[in-house]
Amino acid sequence: MTGPEQAPPASDRLIGQAGQRQVHLPLRKAFGIALKGIQVRFWRSMITAAGVLLGIAFLAATLGQSIIESHQPVLNEQGLSQAQLMVQKQEAQVRQVWLVSMSLIVSAVGITNSMLMSVTERFKEIGTMKCLGALDSFIVRLFLLEAGFLGVLASFFGFTLGFSGSIIAKMFEHGWNVWRYLPPGEVLRGFVWSMTAGTLLTVLATIFPAYKAAQLPPAAALRSEI
Amino acid sequence: MSNGSKNEYIVRTKGVVKEYTMGGQTLQALKGVDLDIRRGEYISLMGPSGSGKSTLFNMIGGLDRPSQGSVFIDEVDMAQLDAAELAYLRCRRIGYIFQTFNLIPVMTALENVTLPMIFAGTPSEEAAQRGIRLLEIVGLGHRFHHKPTELSGGQQQRVAIARSFANDPAIILADEPTGNLDGSTGTEIIELLRRMNKDRGVTVISATHDLKMVDVSDRIVYIRDGLVERIENREDITIHLGEMAGAGGLAH
Repeated sequence: MTGPEQAPPASDRLIGQAGQRQVHLPLRKAFGIALKGIQVRFWRSMITAAGVLLGIAFLAATLGQSIIESHQPVLNEQGLSQAQLMVQKQEAQVRQVWLVSMSLIVSAVGITNSMLMSVTERFKEIGTMKCLGALDSFIVRLFLLEAGFLGVLASFFGFTLGFSGSIIAKMFEHGWNVWRYLPPGEVLRGFVWSMTAGTLLTVLATIFPAYKAAQLPPAAALRSEI
Repeated sequence: MSNGSKNEYIVRTKGVVKEYTMGGQTLQALKGVDLDIRRGEYISLMGPSGSGKSTLFNMIGGLDRPSQGSVFIDEVDMAQLDAAELAYLRCRRIGYIFQTFNLIPVMTALENVTLPMIFAGTPSEEAAQRGIRLLEIVGLGHRFHHKPTELSGGQQQRVAIARSFANDPAIILADEPTGNLDGSTGTEIIELLRRMNKDRGVTVISATHDLKMVDVSDRIVYIRDGLVERIENREDITIHLGEMAGAGGLAH
């Protein structure tokens, strides 16, 4: 028995010739697929986003509180001297820097954890995509785009939640006067800070696991069981 | 036997060895496999679990690199290809079918089938048209907007088969394609694969335990302990399949 009776069309061509390389997909395609990924996995994505959101809410609340405290009138019930008041103010500032740093670390850990999970549980999908002809860079880009969307969304709502929370808390103390202690410039700066931190942390936390997953040979990615 | 044509063999493996290191110990999954597969053949790789047949499957499909030896696809050594060339090969020249279907869960049947075309740079509209045609061929023309979770196992595997044919590949690699399906659904899938093999002339290489699959093969390769134990032509063996009575007269 020799080969098949007749040479069929699909097998006529030579395959696997060197020099034929897979091309990069246009960003638009990756964008569409990433957006769809979030849409379809809506609740799973929202849980990931919630991790980011809470981290950024904590950051925004700390920022909001510190803005209000730096502008509210100084209460001097104990009759302290100017020098003592200065010391008190400095101590408060140090405490706030501490709080903001801590909240950033908490956010970073939370976000990294969420994004690691989201990449790990999709190893098989990554392996399949590579079988279908996806380049490593496409896989990384897909995850970064998804992370970017989630980061922006979660940071925005996180800021809104945290900042309004801190304002409401301070309203118990100052009533409607609280609005006078919120210069728009500083609020805007807090907003930009929160958005940048949230988005950047989300994307940074995704790069490493996504890059590692994309580099695996497809066989290894397909084999993995989570 | 051989006509000596350079292109007679679509896949050739030469002394393929694959080693895994586990807990400080080196395990040889493949111990030097030599295998030549002809263009348009329907090949079954048989062997018990752990015999190395899945590893061999991965080597032939370019899903993993051998520790020693080489795999040639149309006389091109796959070890010579860089990542982008391998991706090109996987995208256009090889179609993969898995035991667990491996459809992308977030995409509809049609999107799954068109994904490899998008990776190949096919314009969306042309991809959609070709995708619908492929889904019609596998008998799912009416279900292309369904998500994998809304399809039965057999239907998911049909989508996977349509997807594997997306870029008109020369080789279809199927890893236990009927392993997760019931008997009659499995038979349908096997017949579909055989039909595609005959109609389109693609080479089908399938790792399997399924005797029904073996029954339609041109040759059966037995793998044991990481080596090719023996190779048999279909006509030289007898398979007794009680349940094959209604399977289109394929059985004896």
